[in-house]
Amino acid sequence: MSDIPDNLKFTTSHEWVQPAGDGTARVGITDHAQSALGDLVFVELPEAGDDLAQGDECAVVESVKAASDVFAPVSGQVVACNESLADTPEIINQEPYADGWLFSLQLSAATQLDDLLDAAAYRALCEQDEH
Amino acid sequence: MVPFAGWVLPVHFGSQLDEHHAVRQHAGMFDVCHMRTVDVTGRGARALLRFVLANDVQKLRVPGKALYSCLLRDDGGVLDDLIVYHLAQDQFRLVVNAGTATRDIAWLQAQAEGFAVQIAPRTDLGMIAVQGPEARAKVLSLLPETVQSSAAQLQPFFALAEAEWCIARTGYTGEDGFELMLDQAALPSFWQQLLDAGVQPCGLGARDTLRLEAGMNLYGQDMDEQVSPLSSGLAWTVDLRDPARRFIGREALESEQAAGRAAQLVGLVLAGKGVLRQHQPLFAGDQSVGEVTSGGFAPTLQRSIALARIAPDAAAPLHVGIRNKRIPVTQVRPPFVRSGTVCIDPALI
Repeated sequence: MSDIPDNLKFTTSHEWVQPAGDGTARVGITDHAQSALGDLVFVELPEAGDDLAQGDECAVVESVKAASDVFAPVSGQVVACNESLADTPEIINQEPYADGWLFSLQLSAATQLDDLLDAAAYRALCEQDEH
Repeated sequence: MVPFAGWVLPVHFGSQLDEHHAVRQHAGMFDVCHMRTVDVTGRGARALLRFVLANDVQKLRVPGKALYSCLLRDDGGVLDDLIVYHLAQDQFRLVVNAGTATRDIAWLQAQAEGFAVQIAPRTDLGMIAVQGPEARAKVLSLLPETVQSSAAQLQPFFALAEAEWCIARTGYTGEDGFELMLDQAALPSFWQQLLDAGVQPCGLGARDTLRLEAGMNLYGQDMDEQVSPLSSGLAWTVDLRDPARRFIGREALESEQAAGRAAQLVGLVLAGKGVLRQHQPLFAGDQSVGEVTSGGFAPTLQRSIALARIAPDAAAPLHVGIRNKRIPVTQVRPPFVRSGTVCIDPALI
């Protein structure tokens, strides 16, 4: 059973969002997603300054199996990227919610957060996936 | 687990990377029961195989010797690639791919008319491949004394068939090891014994990255019925030396050779980060010169590699199109890795 922290918001495409409380939020892929992808070997991140609209293809995570798009869970400007993933993409497999974060955004429409899934709803989605 | 030619196979048992490294460094095992064993026996067996295979089974003079070959259509297209084992006088055993097995058997039966042969698919047999530098020792320790010493003496690309044991020193990983064909009922307990002996179970994922590093083609990706072995890096498996051997596809291959090769299968190493994947386009300057047929991340090299079909006149520098970027690739001659050793220019990794 995959790990789904209660303090995060989730998308149906298996990204997580962690609002920092200062108008920014971190984005990553969920434990369920990393587990389905298998060993990650390459990550392509957006660049700081990129303006993303909710739903944009904004990053790519590649495992030994396949390349998978990451979609912007909310709109905003990229303010930081996790540069350490360039050399150690496997951190995403090990700590998808901590050191395996992808990028952070300056939110341009914070109310979009309310439309994301909470942990319970995301858990229900994953359980459906597994059956 | 994934569906595969009517079977359900594990992609990995936990970590594909760990499984890959286990085979390069120690020993791993693959359940390859989906591969189909077909026995071709009888006085006409050798003659039939000389007619249907592009490689020449006359090379199999000694019982036990194995040969890799393509099975071709009249137009030179590759129906399948297979290993043929010469088990005894008038007894040959083919191991063919799962996805093509039914078609292969029908094809062989159709060609066998007039030859004194029996073609017997051995659905009673299953197969385990045990591969890696420690693989042979691990397997030998589990064999009954009656076959142990002959198995220990097997040379590469030889097999033995004694009582219920058929053991071949072959594989699809670029490492030493055995492929064991056994009665399906005996396989689970032998698998369990291998597991207890510390052999790592490996899935389809590691099988693919290992064979790609070893520069071995995968049927359906690197060649199929639309291409000939000459443009699939398999010219070395086509034996044209005996002019009297008019095997199926020979005329088409000779015409192709006379006309000059249309395309060639080469190895590629990606410069920098990213992952080469099947069907990515290749460019020389602005000109499209081919595409990746098998690509992936090479765990031994910590870099992405590929097999690719390109125009014979494609000039370096080459680039691959990955999403909206053009990234440089270097053309190399496979294999990339064999027997745990890197075979390409270390400056590329």
